Amino acid sequence: MTDAAYNFAYLDEQTKRMIRRAILKALAIPGCQVPFASREMPMPYGWGTGGVQLSAAVLVPEDRFKVIDQGADDTTNAVSIRKFFERTAGVATTTRTADATVIQTRHRIPETPLAEGQILVYQVPIPEPLRFLEPRETETRRMHALGDYGLMHVKLYEDIARHGHVSAAYAYPVMVEGRYVMDPSPIPKFDNPKLSGCPAIQLFGAGREQRIHALPPYTNVVSLDFEDHPFEASKPEHPCALCGATESYLDEVITDDRGTRMFVCSDTDFCTSRRDAALEAAQ
Amino acid sequence: MYVAVKGGERAIGNAHAWLEEERRGDVGVAELSVAQIRGQLALSVNRVMAEGALHDPDLAALAIKQARGDLVEAVFLIRAYRTTLPRFGAAQPVETAEMACDRRISATFKDLPGGQVLGPTFDYTHRLLEFRLAAEGGTPEAAPENPAAPEPVPHVAAFLGRDGLIEPAGDGEAVPPDLTREPLELPACRALRLQALARADEGFLLSLAYSTQRGYARNHAFVGELRIGKVAVEMDIPELGFPVEIGEVTLTECETVNQFKGSKTEPPQFTRGYGLAFGQTERKAIAMALVDRALRWRELGEEFTGAPAQDAEFVLSHADNVQATGFLEHIKLPHYVDFQSELELVRKLRAEAEASA
Repeated sequence: MTDAAYNFAYLDEQTKRMIRRAILKALAIPGCQVPFASREMPMPYGWGTGGVQLSAAVLVPEDRFKVIDQGADDTTNAVSIRKFFERTAGVATTTRTADATVIQTRHRIPETPLAEGQILVYQVPIPEPLRFLEPRETETRRMHALGDYGLMHVKLYEDIARHGHVSAAYAYPVMVEGRYVMDPSPIPKFDNPKLSGCPAIQLFGAGREQRIHALPPYTNVVSLDFEDHPFEASKPEHPCALCGATESYLDEVITDDRGTRMFVCSDTDFCTSRRDAALEAAQ
Repeated sequence: MYVAVKGGERAIGNAHAWLEEERRGDVGVAELSVAQIRGQLALSVNRVMAEGALHDPDLAALAIKQARGDLVEAVFLIRAYRTTLPRFGAAQPVETAEMACDRRISATFKDLPGGQVLGPTFDYTHRLLEFRLAAEGGTPEAAPENPAAPEPVPHVAAFLGRDGLIEPAGDGEAVPPDLTREPLELPACRALRLQALARADEGFLLSLAYSTQRGYARNHAFVGELRIGKVAVEMDIPELGFPVEIGEVTLTECETVNQFKGSKTEPPQFTRGYGLAFGQTERKAIAMALVDRALRWRELGEEFTGAPAQDAEFVLSHADNVQATGFLEHIKLPHYVDFQSELELVRKLRAEAEASA
């Protein structure tokens, strides 16, 4: 069912090779942002072109592909990207985290622990963790080269001094293997602990910004904090209204115009699997 | 809810069907043909070719039709198509001095070899609505033609160059870097900057150029020359061993002559700004030349005044409208996971503030 006019997974092989080289380099220097010659894709910049290029470069015909946006398989942009690869690569797709070999994600890490052999591809808007402290790329590259992260520590300190907490709730900066400060993409900080020691390969692609960074399996990733203000992965203090899970990240859904709310799992596969299992156990 | 738990796929399909219907508009009105767009909305076509960085008027017209006249969307369609095309090689640099000019004006010399040729321009038209056109104006009378054989039209800057009054044009690098094949690395050489400016958003360049005229890095530009016309594109065919003409493109070229009082390293002389774009796109070419000149402050030993037009990193990072519009519009995508984490933090901070009050 692939379009004959396009190469497998859309990109031509030369482009894939260029991206694979950048991926290998990124895997060899965990957390370091590697420039790559990002292409215009048939979806807009900012809508996952970095992730799409990474997926296109790593997909093989035998893969089973899953796409999530905000944890859900059926959000509009996830549907769009899944359809894109169904059309251009003809790969099998799935919504089950455990069955997928390549998972492209925006803003979440699946609740179900990942395994060796899986690749998690993140869509990244701004890969530079220092960007909002220093807008110049020439400056931030120098800061990374020198491991000069004083500005970041001052920012975190000022947050605590002013608010009592670090004011980053998502895209919470991490230190990779004690060397590079990395932006984990806008995942909620609740997901940060899953970055570390993960058996799967984690690839981060920023198309517009032309950068790839990566975490090889079992990389040590530490969320930045202070001894007296340790990092805390927070989530709403509720169980999921649908599956009852207490350990998953929740979305708040407003159910009427009087402000009634319910909290449900943001990871739709996790929630559905739990409800299916409960139903089966009951029968 | 636009992020339905189920049904996103059907919603997308339906939205696209509706879009298609809206694109066509009232079926009682004749459909626009690509040839009509190409022929009668030529300046839109030119802009899409320039910013899409692909010289193909038919494809640009098709993109405009498909994009319902949204030129930034049309540029995006062209770019996404362009990036899939194989590359056979690079053309020889085009010889704009040998351009068959439809228009050629100089604001610095009253008369000059090759003459002042106004060409098809809006300049000096009175901007009064022609209601005649609303009633389908019909075929205009043929414009009178100059019977004289065209004479050579040498570049204006060449006259100044002979007396050393203007800086030499400089050869640049033998093989310039390719913005579309290598990630943009800063600082960027002039060849790379010009590439980025040539495909930059016209509105963005216009505003930046205007800002230099209003004093944010003023560089006293004169339009030394603006020329529009066809140039031959030649390519070296390895099997033949000589260049072969493979076609023609219409270009707009603007060379500004800028005042320069001299610096520690350079004597007083005029300096240059350069603009080049596909098609008749003179606003773009002039703006490009002004911004190019402003970006050259370092090599000319000028002062960096902190003006946006002088700041190569700022200009090059924000000039591309395909990148800009994508990232701007991506905030329409669901962000409820990030928003949820912010909500929680704000609630927590508020609770703590209340407790301590």
